[in-house]
Formats: sequence, C-alpha cells, structure tokens
Amino acid sequence: MIRDIALCLSMLVILIGCSRAQERPYFVTYSHEMEEPGNLEIELFNVVGKPPGANRFLGSTMEFEYGVKAWWTSEFYLDGQATINDSTIFTGYRWENRFRPLLREHWINPVIYVEFENTSADKALREIVGHDGVPDFADPNAIAREDKEREIETKLILGSNFRGWNISENIIAEKNLSNDPWEFGYAWAISRPLKLAASAHNCTFCGEKFQAGIEMYGGLGDRYSFGTRLTSQYFGPTINWATPGGMTFSFSPQFGLNDYSIPRLYRFGISYEIEQFLGRFFRGMR
Amino acid sequence: MSRHKTLVIAALISLVTATLVFGVADGAWLKSVPAHDHERTNPYHDQPDAVAAGRRVFADHCSHCHGANAEGTKKRPPLKSLRVQKEATEGDLHWLLVNGNMRKGMPSWSKLGDPQLWQVIAYVKSLHE
Repeated sequence: MIRDIALCLSMLVILIGCSRAQERPYFVTYSHEMEEPGNLEIELFNVVGKPPGANRFLGSTMEFEYGVKAWWTSEFYLDGQATINDSTIFTGYRWENRFRPLLREHWINPVIYVEFENTSADKALREIVGHDGVPDFADPNAIAREDKEREIETKLILGSNFRGWNISENIIAEKNLSNDPWEFGYAWAISRPLKLAASAHNCTFCGEKFQAGIEMYGGLGDRYSFGTRLTSQYFGPTINWATPGGMTFSFSPQFGLNDYSIPRLYRFGISYEIEQFLGRFFRGMR
Repeated sequence: MSRHKTLVIAALISLVTATLVFGVADGAWLKSVPAHDHERTNPYHDQPDAVAAGRRVFADHCSHCHGANAEGTKKRPPLKSLRVQKEATEGDLHWLLVNGNMRKGMPSWSKLGDPQLWQVIAYVKSLHE
C-alpha cells in the first residue's frame, strides 16, 4: 500500500511541469487551434442548470486532450452528472479526434472532428443538436439512463485569427447508431485577450492573462425537420484567466433564448496542461 | 530483370528518397516564405522591454521543445543556430510562427497574436549577441 502511494507520488512529481496554456474561453465551440504535440491537457468542465419543472443538476466532463501531431489532436472524455433529489451517476465516455487538413494558416482554417460517444442520461451539454431541450431533463436518472446513446458525431470546425481576435464556427452532424435520423447543430464564438502584448515582468492579473468573448450554440433539428423549431438555443459571455501556476479558470453564464431552452446555465471549468507528457513519463520510468 | 538493372533502380529510388527527405528537412521552410513576409520588420526590434517580455512568452510556450535557453533538445532544433540568427529575417521567423511547420512537429502559434510573436522574435534574435 505504502509502495503504491509512493509510486503515485513519484509519478506526480515526474508529471509536474506545466505549460501556460493560451486557451480560448469556449465551453461548447471548438477553435481550429490544436493541442501542441506531446502535451496533455486535463480539463474539468461543469455546467449547472435548472430546467423548468425538473430538478437542478450539475453536469461534469473530465477531458484528457493530447497532441498526437501538430495537425492531430485526440481527446478522451468521462462524463457524469448529479441531480438534486435524485442521484449522482457516471453517464459515459467519448473519444474524439480532430484533424487539420491544411497545414498552414489561412483566413479560414478548417478542422475535421470525429467523435464516438457512449452515454446515457448525459447532462454535460457539450453540444446541442437536433431537438435537444427541456423535455430531455424531465425523466429521473433511473429512467433516463435506460436510454443508451451510442453516437457518431462529426463537426466541421472553421477558425480564424485576426488581429488578436479568434472567430470560430462549428457545424455539427450527429448520428445515433440506432435507427435515429441525422441531427444537426451549430456553435460559434468570438474572443480576444484583454491585452495582446505580453508584460515584461511576471504578473498575475495583467490583461494578457484574461480572454473574454461571447458564445452561441443550438440545435438545428434533424434530417426530417431541419430548422430552429423546437430546438434549444443559448447565448452568453465567457471569460477565462490563465493563472501563473499554469491552471486556467473559465466561467460563462449562458442564457436560453426560447422556451425550449433551460433559462440559465452557469458553466465553469479548470484546465491544466502537462508539457511533453509521454517524454516525462518515459524519463520517469527510466 | 537482370541483377544490374535491379541495383540501378534501387540506387535511383534511394537517391530520390534521400533528396525528398533532406529536401524537406530543417531549413526547407525558409524557401516557402513569401517575399512580402520575408521583408517584414519587427516593430519591437531591439527594445529591451520586448526582449524581456519575449523571454517570458518563450519560457511559457517554446522552452519545453527548444530548451530553456533555446539550445535545442533531442528532437527539436536550437534557435541559436546560424540559420535562425543570420539566414532567417525577423519576417521569416514571424511567418514560421504563424504558419508552423506541422509536418516537422512545429505547431502554428497564431493564437498568441502578432505582438507576442514579435516579442518572442525580439528575444530569439537577442540570443545572438
């Protein structure tokens, strides 16, 4: 037992060595910026919401994002949720890969996103597609988790960086591997650091440590009923702060734009990047 | 096919492969820089504050591949080399930072924004002295 703890502690010591991530403050939208090759980013994203007529919930996602190549990022997610007056459950996992087909920077940079997910009763709300909305939160967890969602999700991510601004758009198509139709969704976001040039001296609260922006996303129906009717739509400001210790804290209050949406969502996240993860790991083993 | 022909073909394939491999090796990116990027100048050139800021940005984002003092690591090149210090202009380095050299593992750093990129370049170029 003591040996195991010592081993874990030594692994932690090996792993400590963070990088100051320059993350965008987005919770749903993906930018075209990939994880640096060899780096592992660990992220915890949460959302709190109170659907009308249902219990307040906390949806959580633990993400492990690894830069395989400069043009290829792979990410593994573990999802869970807790609902007041109900239960706390593990809701499933996702595995996604992002590929950047054009290897130079352009005005608009496309990235291809492919994800497999196996979830049930998921409340992380990491993407809104089809007719996702308030009625999905009505069932208690015991019933909701009977409905297994094994889905393939694809996204076309378009991103641009211009004079410090980042503009990202995602077009989403998702297919449940059962006989459900293709469902569609979108997300877009804009952000900018509060200050573009770096300070000459170490600082904690200087402008370049903060990024602020806005984010909007929602469903676009499915193959048989494309459009915004009976879909949920969200919009809100978003901000993050990169601490000197290497952690990045993000926060966003988001507002449902119609009766089919949860009126308010509060999203918050923490991320931490370990530079050259495998290199450190193998050096530690030696 | 005679043994002689086989040897000639094998030698040709080796030659072409070697040419391709070394053709895209370090430094080939310099030939890809458009003329107007090549001629760009650093607005922070030789400014001590920019060099200090660039050192901080370098430590945060670049040092884990290129070494704490830009001396290079096992797989990544040093930035004190003749190529970076003499052959490449500041405009060339800016182009490389914006576009990356993704086949060789260098990501695009356009997310840092132009001011920080120029600050990093001011720092890297200051390593020559």
